[in-house]
Amino acid sequence: MKKSTKPLRTRDEREGSPWTGLGAVLTKEMADHLTGARMLILEALVVLTAVGTIYTALRNIQPGANNEFLYLRLFTTAEEPLPAFVFFLAILVPLIAIALSFDSINGEFNRRTLSRLLAQPVYRDALLMGKFLGGLLTLTMVFSAIWLLIFGIGILRLGAPPTSEETGRALWFLLGTIFYGGIWMALAMLFSTVFRSSATAALASIAVWAFFIFFWNIVVELVAPLIGPDQITSLEQLVVASQTQMILTRISPLTLYADITTIMLQPTERFLGFVLPVQLDRAIEAPLPLAQSVLVIWPQLTGLIAATILLFALSYVLFQRQEIRA
Amino acid sequence: MSDLVLEAKGLTKRYGDFVAVDHLDLNIRKGEVFGLLGPNGAGKTTTILMLLGLTEPTSGEVSVLGFDPARQPLSVKARVGYMPDQVGFYDELTARENLVYIARLNGIPGNQIKHRVEEAIERVRLTNVIDKLTSTFSRGMRQRLGLADVLVKNPQLIIMDEPTQGLDPELAHEFLDLIHSLKAEGKTIMLSSHLLHQVQEICDRVGLFSQGRMVLHGTVSELARKVLGGAYRIQLQADGPATKLRKVLEELQGVNAVKINNATIQIEAQKDVRADAAEAVIQAGGRLQSLSVESQSLDDIYTRYFEEVRNEKVN
Repeated sequence: MKKSTKPLRTRDEREGSPWTGLGAVLTKEMADHLTGARMLILEALVVLTAVGTIYTALRNIQPGANNEFLYLRLFTTAEEPLPAFVFFLAILVPLIAIALSFDSINGEFNRRTLSRLLAQPVYRDALLMGKFLGGLLTLTMVFSAIWLLIFGIGILRLGAPPTSEETGRALWFLLGTIFYGGIWMALAMLFSTVFRSSATAALASIAVWAFFIFFWNIVVELVAPLIGPDQITSLEQLVVASQTQMILTRISPLTLYADITTIMLQPTERFLGFVLPVQLDRAIEAPLPLAQSVLVIWPQLTGLIAATILLFALSYVLFQRQEIRA
Repeated sequence: MSDLVLEAKGLTKRYGDFVAVDHLDLNIRKGEVFGLLGPNGAGKTTTILMLLGLTEPTSGEVSVLGFDPARQPLSVKARVGYMPDQVGFYDELTARENLVYIARLNGIPGNQIKHRVEEAIERVRLTNVIDKLTSTFSRGMRQRLGLADVLVKNPQLIIMDEPTQGLDPELAHEFLDLIHSLKAEGKTIMLSSHLLHQVQEICDRVGLFSQGRMVLHGTVSELARKVLGGAYRIQLQADGPATKLRKVLEELQGVNAVKINNATIQIEAQKDVRADAAEAVIQAGGRLQSLSVESQSLDDIYTRYFEEVRNEKVN
């Protein structure tokens, strides 16, 4: 508002809004994602796992008996040989997010459309932001649809509508899932700004993903004793050692997401990590109310969002400084 | 200021130690076609990117249509159309969809987009393939679509980077005709090229680039006069007494120099002296075999200029 009333600009001030053209970029990106073959394959994959795991879960859930949080158990119930849907989500969400954005910037570069785009009256901000938001909104749409699908199947098979508590928990879990995707999307976008080849960017993102899935726990076990206490002789040292280990595991977005999953979908879980029997003394074996569960995962959720923003900011800085010369 | 569309003073761009553009001064007037010519790597593209605000100059000042591209990039880019070399499109979209996206980015109101896009595509004669995917387009069609892409925003100044590169001579000619018709509509055009002979005919003025410097600029005939000594080079073959022929030819009005090499005589003159030369040869008792005027080719000017520069260095 202040800008428009000022007749003369100072030399340091940039002209116009950095968001000019954001809508156009956003619309195009979403249209690309939603009509692209890539997205179709990914959607099919997620829908198949969703339907498959939900049906096996339904076989395990007998309506009537212990009918608390039936809908949440749809997400978490596993039956051999199929793991629960949340397990698939932890693996698939990063892949989908990476697949949506590993070629967002270098793809434009390689198609030689980047210089043509930047010759239009828009800032690079709008282009990068539009691409990121386009991807994130696509993720949101896809997962919202899947959540609705799961609840739909649930209503058909269980016969009882979900309670507001269940709906609330599912929505918080959806939010966590979207930002869990957001992290990986921002990471893939960062690599797509750094590497000129889309294949390299994809590979680098997958490498980070594989590292956190397969190796992070090993790394934690190797590193934790080095920075924790030398010898564990007292209870305090045990607590310190286990806390060090937990802090390290929480560097991985997978751990953060697993924490959110546990607390949101299993309301009887009230603690994360190391708990002393003393702390459980006189605790009532009852599910936590939603607001309390949200409090427990609040650090994890904000952590996911903060990491997403941080990674995005980094690619933003790199993209602003990039020479667009072919 | 009034009819200057583009003005650059002391424009410099360094990449580390490498000087890509070295104190460039450039003026482009309204309605003219200016050719930025020179070999690959001479700094043409860097110059263009600086004029558009896509690369920040290390030093120097630029004013495009009265705006500073580094400070007011949106105003500049809204009024200047840029066609990059080897222009790319989204292969999975049609020609129309590609241009609609650009129109949206330019903030053209929704109800005008269809009309503007169709008009631009009509202008480059691609209407019959407007709804075809651009992946099916040939090199020449892409290039024309690139021009349509620029025309959608109805720019006051069009900057084209190597517009004829990769086109066969016929397509290149066709494309140059298009550029020529834009000039006829009063558009100001700046184009870069390393194919001097191709663009020579459509440029009002040219600037010759070498290693980041604009070493020569002016109209083609000005450059010819400056570099080739005379604007006209006339070759004639005649038998006869060489010394006498030389004497009569040198006495002709407008002749700068006469070189005789066996039966071939080369005259450098300020005007076309073919008729006078023929008459003089015959009156001097010579037998005229052939007579021709060399066209003023930018290639010649360029080669000749650098020969001179090199010779000067050697001496």
